[in-house]
Amino acid sequence: MSNRHPLFKPLIFVGGLIFGFGLGFSHMARPEVVLNFLQFEDFGLLFVMFGAAIVSGIAFAVMPRIRDTAPLTGDRYERRLKPFDRNVLVGGAVFGVGWGLSGICPGAAYASLGVGNVTILWALAGMFVGAYLQGYWRSRSQTRDTAATGAD
Amino acid sequence: METELLVLQLAAELFPNGISRYAIGGLLVGLGAVVIYVGTGIPAGASTFLESTLSYVSDQSRFQQYVSSRDWRVVFTLGIVLGAAAFAATVQSGVITTSLYEPGTTGQLYEIAGVTLWTTDVQPWRLFFGGILVGIGTRIGKGCTSGHGVCGVGSASKTSIVGVATFLTVAIGTAQVVAALGVSP
Repeated sequence: MSNRHPLFKPLIFVGGLIFGFGLGFSHMARPEVVLNFLQFEDFGLLFVMFGAAIVSGIAFAVMPRIRDTAPLTGDRYERRLKPFDRNVLVGGAVFGVGWGLSGICPGAAYASLGVGNVTILWALAGMFVGAYLQGYWRSRSQTRDTAATGAD
Repeated sequence: METELLVLQLAAELFPNGISRYAIGGLLVGLGAVVIYVGTGIPAGASTFLESTLSYVSDQSRFQQYVSSRDWRVVFTLGIVLGAAAFAATVQSGVITTSLYEPGTTGQLYEIAGVTLWTTDVQPWRLFFGGILVGIGTRIGKGCTSGHGVCGVGSASKTSIVGVATFLTVAIGTAQVVAALGVSP
């Protein structure tokens, strides 16, 4: 990972800039607008999520056909496919309660800070606490499992 | 003539702020993900940053697995913050004006050094406790609105489509219940 292309981080940064500008322009950085969608008062969010998914979907479909590997990493072009298990449903449901209560998700929270929303630090602090809690718990149960099998 | 009027009326009810700011913003979000994917082959997601950044301060194995990607994830997040700040300094501040941008009336605007900034009216306890659940749920559920919602759906991944359907449905139910209980904003 240390011998990455010198343009690797600059390109990630530029991608992030465009991504964040879009979250600001679309008002997804405003929890009120997300809550208005969830309460069926403004369905605009659908255009953001599916608009973005269509644009990225074109790249996911086209790139593997025209090149084998990405220029800055040498990684193969692959689609984002994650294995399905019960965690997708349990985690998705917990995320849904949090998103419905707060109106904010991780990417939009970073962008919200950028548009001047200092109050969103409450949400960011909460997200780190939540990520830490699940990581602490899962790291421990993992160690316990390996310790148990190691003892056999 | 009458159906035309009906369509316009329906559109105004479903989309009281128009669709252009949403559609253009969505295209830009997608474009940001495409730039990163084309250059690096990485389908970017925003929530892994929470765990990868914790690896700087915690030895837990769950966070240490992200050590190799934690540096660029900080760069990605910094880009998102500054990209949104660039939006605030230009379009939100009225330096760039376009009929495609509907400013809306949510939250509070304030000014620092000629830049129009925005802050939310949503109560801190909602943000904090909602944030905790977002932190737990996105990490257990293998992704958030960008990883599952944009890159996963864009990849036609069944896992992501089921994930999105799950969190969208639960979020709608939660927001409706919270509103029905009279919590606002």
